[in-house]
Amino acid sequence: MARKVSTQRKVAFTVMAWTIGFLMFFPILWTFLTSFKSEGDAIASPPVFLFFNWTMENYHEVQSRSDYFSHFWNSVVISFGSTLLGLLIAIPAAWAMAFSPTKRTKDVLMWMLSTKMMPPVGALIPIYLIFRDGGLLDSRIGLVVVLTLINLPIIVWMLYTYFKEIPGEILEAARMDGASLMKEVIYVLTPMAVPGIASTLLLNIILAWNEAFWTLNLTTSNAAPLTTFIASYSSPEGLFYAKLSAASTMAIAPIVILGWFSQKQLVRGLTFGAVK
Amino acid sequence: MTLKTILLGAVSALAFSGVASAETLTIATVNNGDMIRMQKLTDEFTKKNPGIDVKWVTLEENILRQKVTTDVATKGGQYDVMTIGIYEAPIWGKQGWLAPLDKLSKDAAYDANDLLPPIRSGLTVDGKLYAAPFYGESSMVMYRKDLFDKAGLKMPDAPTWDFIADAARKITDKGSETYGICLRGKAGWGENMAFLTATSNAFGARWFDENWKPQFDQPEWKKTLDFYVKLMKDAGPPGASSNGFNENLALFQTGKCGMWIDATVAASFVTNPKESKVADKVGFALAPDTGLGKRGNWLWSWNLAIPAGSKKVEAAEKFIAWATSKDYLNLVAEKEGWANVPPGTRTSLYQNAEYQKAAPFAKMTLDSINAADPKKPTVKPVPYEGVQYVAIPEFQAIGTAVGQQFSAALAGQVTVDQALASAQQLTEREMKKAGYPKK
Amino acid sequence: MATTHTRSAARLMMAPSVILLFAWMIVPLGMTIYFSLLRYNLLMPGTEEFTGLLNYEFFLTDPAFFDALKNTLLLVGGVLAISVIGGILMALLLDQPMFGQGIVRILVIAPFFIMPTVAALVWKNMFMNPVNGLFAWLFRLLGAEPLDWLAVAPLTSVVIIVAWQWLPFATLILLTALQSLDEEQKEAAEMDGAGPISKFIYITLPHMARAITVVVLIETIFLLSVFAEILVTTNGGPGTQSTNITYLVYTQALLQFDVGGASAGGIVAVVLANIVAIFLIRMIGKNLEA
Repeated sequence: MARKVSTQRKVAFTVMAWTIGFLMFFPILWTFLTSFKSEGDAIASPPVFLFFNWTMENYHEVQSRSDYFSHFWNSVVISFGSTLLGLLIAIPAAWAMAFSPTKRTKDVLMWMLSTKMMPPVGALIPIYLIFRDGGLLDSRIGLVVVLTLINLPIIVWMLYTYFKEIPGEILEAARMDGASLMKEVIYVLTPMAVPGIASTLLLNIILAWNEAFWTLNLTTSNAAPLTTFIASYSSPEGLFYAKLSAASTMAIAPIVILGWFSQKQLVRGLTFGAVK
Repeated sequence: MTLKTILLGAVSALAFSGVASAETLTIATVNNGDMIRMQKLTDEFTKKNPGIDVKWVTLEENILRQKVTTDVATKGGQYDVMTIGIYEAPIWGKQGWLAPLDKLSKDAAYDANDLLPPIRSGLTVDGKLYAAPFYGESSMVMYRKDLFDKAGLKMPDAPTWDFIADAARKITDKGSETYGICLRGKAGWGENMAFLTATSNAFGARWFDENWKPQFDQPEWKKTLDFYVKLMKDAGPPGASSNGFNENLALFQTGKCGMWIDATVAASFVTNPKESKVADKVGFALAPDTGLGKRGNWLWSWNLAIPAGSKKVEAAEKFIAWATSKDYLNLVAEKEGWANVPPGTRTSLYQNAEYQKAAPFAKMTLDSINAADPKKPTVKPVPYEGVQYVAIPEFQAIGTAVGQQFSAALAGQVTVDQALASAQQLTEREMKKAGYPKK
Repeated sequence: MATTHTRSAARLMMAPSVILLFAWMIVPLGMTIYFSLLRYNLLMPGTEEFTGLLNYEFFLTDPAFFDALKNTLLLVGGVLAISVIGGILMALLLDQPMFGQGIVRILVIAPFFIMPTVAALVWKNMFMNPVNGLFAWLFRLLGAEPLDWLAVAPLTSVVIIVAWQWLPFATLILLTALQSLDEEQKEAAEMDGAGPISKFIYITLPHMARAITVVVLIETIFLLSVFAEILVTTNGGPGTQSTNITYLVYTQALLQFDVGGASAGGIVAVVLANIVAIFLIRMIGKNLEA
């Protein structure tokens, strides 16, 4: 039922939207371009946009100083690991909250969310001491556990809003057929919930990938992800814009690409509960 | 509970498997140029010491300091060699957090007597060396000879602050983005407060009197801060309140500063034609004074130390010996040229004719380091040591908070008087909280 | 029978996450409360002693505390305002017919994926730097004196950087909400003679209410603990002009290494966060029920 629109209006909207889109994206584009410049070109005034001597020197320099792939792999393990573990714990909880709500369900949910509002640094020393005693410092397992716990409230809440929209009658029907609780979850609920779960998964991978407090403070080298990789380029001596840009590009590229490919999915799940 | 048991099991399994293989040293260091060079030369060390692997944790200074301090204080045992400042070394040594480097101090080949005396004494507690200096620095004036010639000025070897201020105002030409003087303004005990504390010494000010009473309400501090804020307003670059060492280095290298008073290590960066547009136009002078008998030149060194309780002391000592030895200086000279060796730690370096030739700033650096007197930093008597810092554990926090106030004064957000009043108040508060004066 | 069965099963299924979160909260919280009652500085081992509420007294009477409280609210409020209002406007624009809508969406969402540290470093150095930044160049091009963003408008600068990261999130959620609005509903309104503004107020906005609620809730949770952006750009300064509660606690914990003081600050922050949470639920919880 598309309405007829004059081409003029369409062109006007296109120009406006592209301008805004370009402005939003510009800092990332600029970082990307700068990563191929020499340090001198990076601070040239007036700035050079495209016509400079493109060089891979910064990437070589960054790679020769820090092992990108080890950091990258740690980021992957930590963000995927914590998200999967989180889902494993959260799916049953969200299911229970959505289908057998009690008076206190809302309170429990809000309480969970409020744990996320605590400034992490206040608990750093206690956690550091626990990690030291548990031998968990600089271990991926330790980080996976911490990030799982940090993002668990968001996971539970997202899944809850999603599950709530699944009509109860379907479950009733399944129960009539004599399905057990486990079967109910596995065969009836899960397939219906896949889009919501997928979107929760994506959002949490993004959040875990970008988490920079615990990952920085609880690791040294073996488990250090890309957030610590960036910390060694943040303000060295001398000119550093180009090297910083190269390191930044390397740190954000994987997650931006993943995000782009999955953005439709991401939004669909996020807004399922929010949009009727 | 079960989860924890499983985790513990997995982790201890990992830990045990680690013991069997070659020894791996985890070394924490700052992302400064000299350290990155050391990191790149790691192979030279491992070639000579088979059976030792080296893993680097290279971080921005503040993050490094936080992580290393947290770890050493909780005895987390994450690092085998730590890069620490001359500020931390004696404090931590006294706490028993560092393993003394007895072997090094006795080793004839290492020749600890060759270490520059002010730095060596700064790293020694009760006759024991607790850290080995990797590079050392003082502060000095770096200036553009071409701009001075143009303005018809001549820089004396030992200038006064009045001369510097006058010259800075004459050189400034905001139209062509030439600023007479670049000084630190970014808040931090190791940033603007390092500069301002050292400068205040030249103006006769002090942090505390003999009874640990803060002195920001005294006229000397007002004079210091007034002078600094006015000078920067007239002759400083825009955004000075967020400029630290690195920002100013970039400004100077791109030809935007007429003078820059900062760490002596900067000399090798600003004279390096690969990085600096003004490499052939830089002159050097001692940090300025006001005729009261103290110059504002500080003393700093980055040092390598071993946390107490480390199980890899022997390998760690080997590494430290390698990285702070005369041979390491030769190695860097051979690979990168004499001008790039880490400066300010060894007397022999300054006697080396080749180094003197390659590094026009060598003499001024040595003179500056030797002129710094951490044991007697101020005109009036004080209960503390340290030129650009106060060697008590509380200083990092207090220095940074005061630095915020002074940075705000520089940015024009508060007046000099307001900044000093807040500084006085917050320092009194923190000192009370920390229980000073201590019996 | 069935209900009791489900009830207990439900409880069983909720148990792991509730217990874990409870442990995650209670163990550090317990330790934090305990530490907050001690004089405990990491740099001075052996001086630990019980000091009662002294740490709280110091934290709450810190002249920086009220600045931090104010800045926290300004930061959260500012970013929320920009991202909700800007998000609605951008969603309305993107909902219009145009060429290459998919690509524009991709361009707009990208900042949301960026690490906060990277975003802050890039903005600070390559845009807001008063000498080498692009803004400085732009200002000079227009004949103006370059603005020293981080010194003159520190909190505004932080708000800009944080809003840049969260505006895409708001835009995308609101856009999806907008797109689910029935064409027929809109057309019916048009037939009734409603102008674009009243159409927006009476039809579009109520339709988006739930999506706005979601945006506000999720963003508030993250904005209360904004930290990396401040650490990288302004270090809370000049003075305390961009210090928020999280950053204030950070200075206690990792600059002073005052575990007692930081713990007290952490507890205060938790209490404040819960006040905000209650407030939020009161204000917008209704929208979530629907």
